[in-house]
Amino acid sequence: MTLHVPSIHYLAILPVVILFGASLALLLLTALLGSKVTARVATSVTTLASLAAFAATFAQWSYVAQHGATTTIAHAIVLDGFSVVATAVVAVSLFLATLVAHDWSLRERVVGAEYQILALASAAGAVMMTQANDLIVVFLGLEILSIGLYVLVAFDRHRSTSAEAALKYFLLGGFASAIFAYGAALVYGATGSTNLTSVSYFLGSNVLLRPGLLYAGGALLLVGFAFKVAAVPFHLWSPDVYEGAPTPVTGFMASIVKVGAFAALVRVLISSLGTQLATWRPILWVLVALTTLVGASLALVQRNAKRMLAYSSINHAGFMLLGIWAGTTRGTAATLFYVMTYAPIVVATFAVVTLVGGPGDENHAIENYRGLARRQPWLGGALAVLLLSQLGAPLTTGFYAKFAVLAAAVDTGAGVLALIALLAAAIAAFFYLRWVLALYADDDLEAARIVVPRATGAAIALGVGATLLFGLWPGPLAALAQHATVLFNP
Amino acid sequence: MHSSLWLTLLLLVPVAGALVAALVAKREGRSYVVAVVTASVEMALTLVVMVLYNNHVAGAQTFDFAGRFVLAAPFGLAYDVALDGISLLMVALTSLVVLLALLGARDRRREPAFVAWLLLLTSFTMGSFVAHDLLEFFIFFELTLIPCYFIISQWGAAQRSRAALKFFIYTFAGSAFLFVGALYLGFAHQHQTQGALTFAYGALSATTMTHGTAVWLFSAFAIAFAVKSPIWPLHTWSPLTYAEAPTAGSIELSALLAKLGSYGLLRFAVGLLPLALPTMRPVLLTLAVIGIIYGSAIACVTPDLKRLVAYSSLAQMGFITLGIVTGSKIAMVGAVLLMFNHGVITAGFFLIIGFIERRRGSATIRDLTGLQGPAPVMAALFTVVMLASIGLPGLSGFVSEYLILIGAFATHVWWGVLGTLGVVLAALYLLWAYQRVFHGRAEGDDAAMTDASTGERWVLAPIVVLIVVLGVFPRPVLDRITPSVQQLIEHVTPAGVNK
Repeated sequence: MTLHVPSIHYLAILPVVILFGASLALLLLTALLGSKVTARVATSVTTLASLAAFAATFAQWSYVAQHGATTTIAHAIVLDGFSVVATAVVAVSLFLATLVAHDWSLRERVVGAEYQILALASAAGAVMMTQANDLIVVFLGLEILSIGLYVLVAFDRHRSTSAEAALKYFLLGGFASAIFAYGAALVYGATGSTNLTSVSYFLGSNVLLRPGLLYAGGALLLVGFAFKVAAVPFHLWSPDVYEGAPTPVTGFMASIVKVGAFAALVRVLISSLGTQLATWRPILWVLVALTTLVGASLALVQRNAKRMLAYSSINHAGFMLLGIWAGTTRGTAATLFYVMTYAPIVVATFAVVTLVGGPGDENHAIENYRGLARRQPWLGGALAVLLLSQLGAPLTTGFYAKFAVLAAAVDTGAGVLALIALLAAAIAAFFYLRWVLALYADDDLEAARIVVPRATGAAIALGVGATLLFGLWPGPLAALAQHATVLFNP
Repeated sequence: MHSSLWLTLLLLVPVAGALVAALVAKREGRSYVVAVVTASVEMALTLVVMVLYNNHVAGAQTFDFAGRFVLAAPFGLAYDVALDGISLLMVALTSLVVLLALLGARDRRREPAFVAWLLLLTSFTMGSFVAHDLLEFFIFFELTLIPCYFIISQWGAAQRSRAALKFFIYTFAGSAFLFVGALYLGFAHQHQTQGALTFAYGALSATTMTHGTAVWLFSAFAIAFAVKSPIWPLHTWSPLTYAEAPTAGSIELSALLAKLGSYGLLRFAVGLLPLALPTMRPVLLTLAVIGIIYGSAIACVTPDLKRLVAYSSLAQMGFITLGIVTGSKIAMVGAVLLMFNHGVITAGFFLIIGFIERRRGSATIRDLTGLQGPAPVMAALFTVVMLASIGLPGLSGFVSEYLILIGAFATHVWWGVLGTLGVVLAALYLLWAYQRVFHGRAEGDDAAMTDASTGERWVLAPIVVLIVVLGVFPRPVLDRITPSVQQLIEHVTPAGVNK
């Protein structure tokens, strides 16, 4: 018996190889050189790796544009426009988050390269999810992404809440993974394959007389994803974890988990179970309505910036689901566009929160923000722009993100759902604005200035710059999302 | 046909002014000079546009200065501007009101930021009035919220935070309906033409739809515009916001931003969805009349001058709504004219109230008595503005209200009769307030109040001139509005607008 090694298209897996390779290299270096691998070295390696992965997506893009979408490694990995853009978003998020984490680790005296090793591995997992064309690879990506994050969440050893959050995240994440794996098994039972293309082909050419097994499998997969993206009613872990995790980790997590999970969800629901649209759409309808409304409403009563942002990110997850609900090319492009614009904003927002949090990462009450924009117009103004962007104000990318998903929903005839989501956005506006009000409050003008380290400042500036630039001129990003989806591997 | 560059300049000059004002923030008073210069340039540009404007552009009907550039094709997003007689009047109002607000309601607290927001607001308001694309209009419409929010929340009175939040959330929630409606209309058009997604005004107005769809869309649009205008019963944000905003903010909100609501109702709800008008007309007429009577009644008993003007505005906006939806051409022309006149008159009101407040630290009617003695000129100016608001023949308010009521009587008698009650009530609450504030014997602080300064008189001069000139000779303005309204009506008429 001979073992057939499937052909490998190296360009397709180049970003994963770069990110994971950098992670392993750092790990080796730390093992060999010990404390000589300083935070500066680790950060440099990570930023270089993320930039290299970003550069690799350009090569991938030109390949896809020329040759079209392709699969490799026994059709388990796919290289298409969608995956390329999503990979680029992961790389950018990693880059920005690394800059923030660098200053944070100096401030909190976190020595060693472990943080960056785990972050690189998690990012590799997220990229793998965007490229997965097989439920097993989705699962693998999900686990690689999550395991790194479990540890990162617990990284602040001085605070017990950090460990508590990690345990909570680990237990619930473990459940979610188990549910997902069970769902994958049931889908395999129903269709005879875990490969997304084969499942799609099977469902397209066969009529299931007893679809119960498939429905159960699909439902469990959806629950698994809903846990990961914190869709209501599977959101309960997220406020605690967002609050307990070290702030830069929260920003990193909020961005790359969303990218990875939504990319994989699009693949599973649209390309694999696309024929079952009529079955999963009503479920998603309820999920979207609940997620947007509950996320916005519960955020209203929060007094802690990180918890508030957790609920805000739940609200955003609802909007991203709205694009998937549409089930069309426009909807897929819209969700991709939403993720593309959301990721840098959320990293930059948490970067400001990291700075305000101060040594010990503890000042997260909204009161800590009073008068910030008065004392430090640039820092406070940046946060105001980021919050307005999350709110969906025009001239920021947040507006076009909402526009894109709502347009896709209305195009598919979901006027009511779009209206529900928009009213939820109006509720959400309340707490973003209350925060902005605090920023521009008259009092506390004598409070200590917050020092903005260079790397974090750069990350914030990049996030704000992207929001404003593409908010003024969304054409290129919109076209990119559209092309990426046209080059989607069906 | 003129170049759209003129309109683009109208949008960019204030933005540039805001940037420069922010850059020279270090030097005391410098940013104010920049802002005044910018507003003057804007005014000059507006005058140029007014002179150049050509009512009869071949092919484009009454729209002049048209230009369209697609910004993001997948979203159907385009920069598309054009100007007709109706927009022209609103653009003129915008330039005028901003200049007056800057000159007459200077706020020295953190001035650079204040004038920068004010100038940005000018640009966004201009954008809404010249937008020839539903999506673009919506974006500008939403954008105006941000400067307003900052102006109210940072320079307002004691309850400013609450007022700013209430204002933002109300308007934002209202425009959610407009957003969904606009998207629906855009896709309905795209599905019909099988072409690219577009929100261009001309394209959308050719969309065919069922009566039911039109009614739903009209309702969605009307909710957003009713919040902004405000139309009863969605007005509840306005008294608090007008009262708590700084003087310049109140002027902007009531004189300009309220007009965005009625302008939107006329241009986009009535203009794009004429099919729904027969069904929606009784509803809107009723709401308008309730607004007129309710606003006037509350204005009679409100203890605060700013709130009085806020409620009086509610009544005036009722008149405008009445004129827009009756469907008679003469009433529509009157409504557009009243949009302008009401803007000028309220600006006058808030400016004078601001002058009084600056001297006496209060705008509560009970705190003020006998101001006529120490401040005769101010009393005289207030009288002119007040009489124009009441609708005294020979002053501007009369012409517009008269046109609206003629139209209303010709088409919807009973609503016209009830609306006329509002004119009577306006005389009651304004004269009564005038008596309490300006008549009687001035004592204490009231007696020591100084009269309007030379600068303040000059700021009010254009308002008085406009009130008088448009009262006796409104012809030139009517000549520019009428063809545009005619064109709108011709589009609307087949759906049975004219009785």
